[in-house]
Parts: sequence; C-alpha cells; structure tokens
Amino acid sequence: MKEVWTLAEFRHGKLNPISFELLNRGKNLAQKLNTSLASVVIGYNIKKEDIDELIKRGADKVYVVDDIRLENFMVETYAKVILKLLDEYNPDIFIAAATTIGRTLMPYIAVKKQTGLTADCTVLDIEEETENLLQTRPAIGGNILATIKTPNTKPQMATVRPHSTKPSPPDKTKKGEVIYKQFDNEAFNAKTKYIKFVKDESQQINIQDAKIIVAGGRGLGKAENFKLIEELADLLGGAVGASRDVVDRGWKTYPHQIGLSGKTVSPALYIAVGISGAIQHIAGMQTSENIIAINKDPEAQIFKISNLGIVGDLHEILPLLIERIKEYKKKGAN
Amino acid sequence: MRIIVPIKQVPETSNVKMDPVTGTMIREGVENVVNPLDLYAIETAIRLKEKYGGKIIVISMGPEKAVEAIKEAIAMGCDDGILLSDKKFAGSDTFATSYVLAKAIKQTGDFDLVICGERATDGDTGQVGPGIASFLDLPLSTFTSQILSVENGKITVKRLVEEGYEEIEMMLPAVLTVVKEISDPRLPTLRGKLKAKKMEIPIWDAQKIGAEGQKIGLKGSPTRVVKIFTPKVTREGEKVIVKDEKTLHQAIDKIIDYLIEKELI
Repeated sequence: MKEVWTLAEFRHGKLNPISFELLNRGKNLAQKLNTSLASVVIGYNIKKEDIDELIKRGADKVYVVDDIRLENFMVETYAKVILKLLDEYNPDIFIAAATTIGRTLMPYIAVKKQTGLTADCTVLDIEEETENLLQTRPAIGGNILATIKTPNTKPQMATVRPHSTKPSPPDKTKKGEVIYKQFDNEAFNAKTKYIKFVKDESQQINIQDAKIIVAGGRGLGKAENFKLIEELADLLGGAVGASRDVVDRGWKTYPHQIGLSGKTVSPALYIAVGISGAIQHIAGMQTSENIIAINKDPEAQIFKISNLGIVGDLHEILPLLIERIKEYKKKGAN
Repeated sequence: MRIIVPIKQVPETSNVKMDPVTGTMIREGVENVVNPLDLYAIETAIRLKEKYGGKIIVISMGPEKAVEAIKEAIAMGCDDGILLSDKKFAGSDTFATSYVLAKAIKQTGDFDLVICGERATDGDTGQVGPGIASFLDLPLSTFTSQILSVENGKITVKRLVEEGYEEIEMMLPAVLTVVKEISDPRLPTLRGKLKAKKMEIPIWDAQKIGAEGQKIGLKGSPTRVVKIFTPKVTREGEKVIVKDEKTLHQAIDKIIDYLIEKELI
C-alpha cells in the first residue's frame, strides 16, 4: 500500500504537538500522491483521546503499539517495532521530527531497511513526473540548500525540522481507522536498560519547543547581565538561548546553546541580543519566523537576517524594553 | 578498553566568508580541520583510556589529505590511525558512509566502544553514528553528555534530550555519539605531534575492508542530490539606530509595534 506515514511522538505519557506538524506535512504529500495518510504511535498507556486527536489532525489511519516495554524511548526496541510495521505495510514515505528521538531512531531504521534518509528537512514536496519525495535541507551551516531524493528504495525517509511548519488544525468531524498491533517478546529484546529521566530545571521552557526565544551573546559583557535576557524571556513567555561564546565562558549552560555545535531552533520569534551572528550561530536559528536583533555594531551579520534591527547599547535598550512590555501587559490586563 | 573513534575532516567554517554577489561560500584559502564536534569524541576516548587503560584507534574515510586529521587525533593522545580511502568510496551518502565505517571497524578486531561526534559541521546530518550502530547491531546512545560508569561489561551514560537528561545502561560493545558538554578537548602536545609526524598511517581500501561494491560510493547510496541552491535569507529588514534619548524611545516603539503586529505579545 502506498501510504504516507508520520511518526507521532509519545513521551512521558503525552503526545508531543510536533506530531501535528508532521501530519500537516504528510497531508500535503498524501494529497499530491492521492493516497492515505497514517500516523504511527508507540508507547505505553496511549490514551484514546490522543489517538482521536491524531485522526482529527489529519491521519486517515493510526497504527498503535501500546506496551509497557515501550514506556521509554530506547532505540533498539522502538526500531524493532517500527521495522515490523514497515515490513508488514510497506509505506512509500515515512517521516519523523528531527528531535532527539527522530534523529536517533530514523538513521537506525533506514540502515536496516537499506533505504535513504535525509536529515532535518525544511521543505518536503512531490516530484510530479516520478512521484518521488523531494527533500530540501540546509547544509554547510545553512549556507546552501540541497534538494535530495531517494529514487530507488522504499520507504523514502526524512526527518523534519521542528516548527518549520504549523500544526494541522483539528477537524472534529474527521473519521479514521485505528489499527492496534501487538508483538511477541522477541521484538523487545534489547541490550539497553532505561534507568531514569532527570528534568533540567534550568530550562523552564524547552528551547526546541519554545515559540519565543530570547538569546544572549558576548555583547552582554558579563554573566550577571543574562538576568536581563531571562527577564525579557519570562515576560514574553519564551525560553533563553545563548551563543557558543557565552556557553564557552560559562555564562550559560550547554543545553541553552544555539548553533552548529548546539541546538537548531525555529521559533515564531527569535530575539538576538549582543550576538554578532557568526555563521555557526545563524545556522541554528535562521529559519525562525521573525528575528529581532539588538547589537551595537551596525555591520553585525545578524542584521542581514533580521526583520527588525536595533543598533545601540543593549544596556540602555533592554531595561527600557522590559519596562515598556510590562506597561503594555498591565494595560492589556485592565 | 579498545575504543574506535571515527572522525571526519571538514572545511574550517568559523571564518567562512560569503561572496556578496553570488551568495555562496568562498572556499579559497579555507583550511581543513578535524570536525570540531569529533574533538569531544577524541577527548572522551582519551579520558577513558587514562582511567581504564587500553588503546584508541582513529579511523577516517576521505581523500589522502584526511591523514592530517588522523595525525591531529594521534597528537592529542590516540594510539593508532587508519585512513579509509578508495575512489570507489566517492559520492557516498550517510548510508554508504556508515557501511564503510562499520566494515572497517569490524576489520580492526574486537572493541568495547565506538565514540563519534554528534554530527559533522559540514554535512550536519548526525546520521552516521546511529548508522554505524545499526550496521553493527550494537546498542546506541546518541547526544551523550556524560559517562557515569563503565563496569562489568556495561556502560552507564547520560543523554541530553529536549527537556533534560536520560540515563541509560548499555551492554558493551556499544556506540556513543557525544555532545560538547561531555568534555573539554585538550590541545595536542609537542611530544604527540612528533609521534604523529613519524607515524605511518595505513590506508585501507574497499577490498581490504571487504565492502560490497553495490553498497559503497554513489552507486551504493540510496539518496541523490537533485539540486543545490542558495537560500534567500537576506531579509535585512528595517534598522533603527539609537543615537539619543529620542531615538532610543523610537527603537523601543518599533519593537513593541512589531510584536503587536505579529501577535507575539
């Protein structure tokens, strides 16, 4: 069956909304191929509402594997279960989010299926003549875009950059088929044991899920000045990012680092403060929907990719900006 | 412990200049370096060796000049190096590259760990580490940020994930891909440099590693590049210059108006 499949991410007992972004991508592809769209969800204690939500968001079918041994992500077991599904149903296209799960699981599966995989795509389309999946991704630090296809093997696989598209809106009337699968013990043999998850309390909001990110760079001058970044992020309901420079200086911990050697993000708004815009940093945030930069150097690279640039002293600008946003929010509350 | 560290030689991108007319990368005069993220893998291997003893073998697939990258790793403290070089490897995608590296790793004999950088700064896929684990059918920890213990044929590690950290225990041999947080790479020593300089690095070709012809190079790569183009990211929107009190307030107004207009506040 020539279906388009998306991997729904079920983690810590919850469906990751990124699953709906994938369905949005998948819907577009399935329409062009005139085929059905299916979502695969694996985990433990998957709620009926979650499965229904996947249908409302565009899945014509949902394949569900619910087993206590799938409670936590382990690449060996997750790969075995998904490989069994792929072998049985042979979808044409299989996409997942470029999260830590997707970026671990998909290359492991692609090798076993002896098929191609394209990492961290920002555009997916169908080539008219061949009906091949066209996968476009940034490379060389985002300096080029490459369009790649997998012409001779199936499924054609890709991971998709989180937040590079919107979640598909729910359609309450939509109906779909739910297929529950179970597998015997052999599928759950693993040489890995999951021990525990430890939440990072310094990340109040997960950077990769954040709609707004306020990021600070060397221009802040010293670690204490990050308080301004944190305050602004907090006011806007956003997360705190950092350039490599300031992480290397110990002003902020590594989980906050954005760029080539850190995280790649694509929020609705990215505010870069005191960040000059080295190529490595830009590679990690240039697909943000809106970019505002504050920097004292009018020639800073960051302005080239910004929708709005403020040239000036951040120590003057930030406190006033914070004050004005507070005023604005107070007004709104009344 | 026997540890294999696969590394890649990449163009040094920290000082990359873009051609303002064509918008492409100016490659002239661009130096080649060890993929910066592989340095964390090398450092992790050296620290394990310092603690548990053993041997570190660095392998790299690439043209002959990639030998420089291997020598740098040896200068840092790795023991041996192998260059995987063959015209038949040219054009390999991440599938074919993982295959070649997995075949070569098998050829080196028994080992306890394969440690890779999380991804290379040029290709930026992060797919080769997991690909090697899959070809070798070994347990895998990606985004590894700390090694907690190595004992009784098992390794316990911490992985950096979206909302925090995960701890997992794997049976050895296993494959790790590591992130920057795991270590602080040392610089090569003078003695190391001398040792590396004198060392003859063997070159293994497709035949030596027993690679099947239909799984390597362009022919063995399931993916094809259809086109390469330059992104249109020059949004360069309005710029407001703060010169005095008045322009400062104007700048703030601009930001607030922008946030309101885009419904971000």
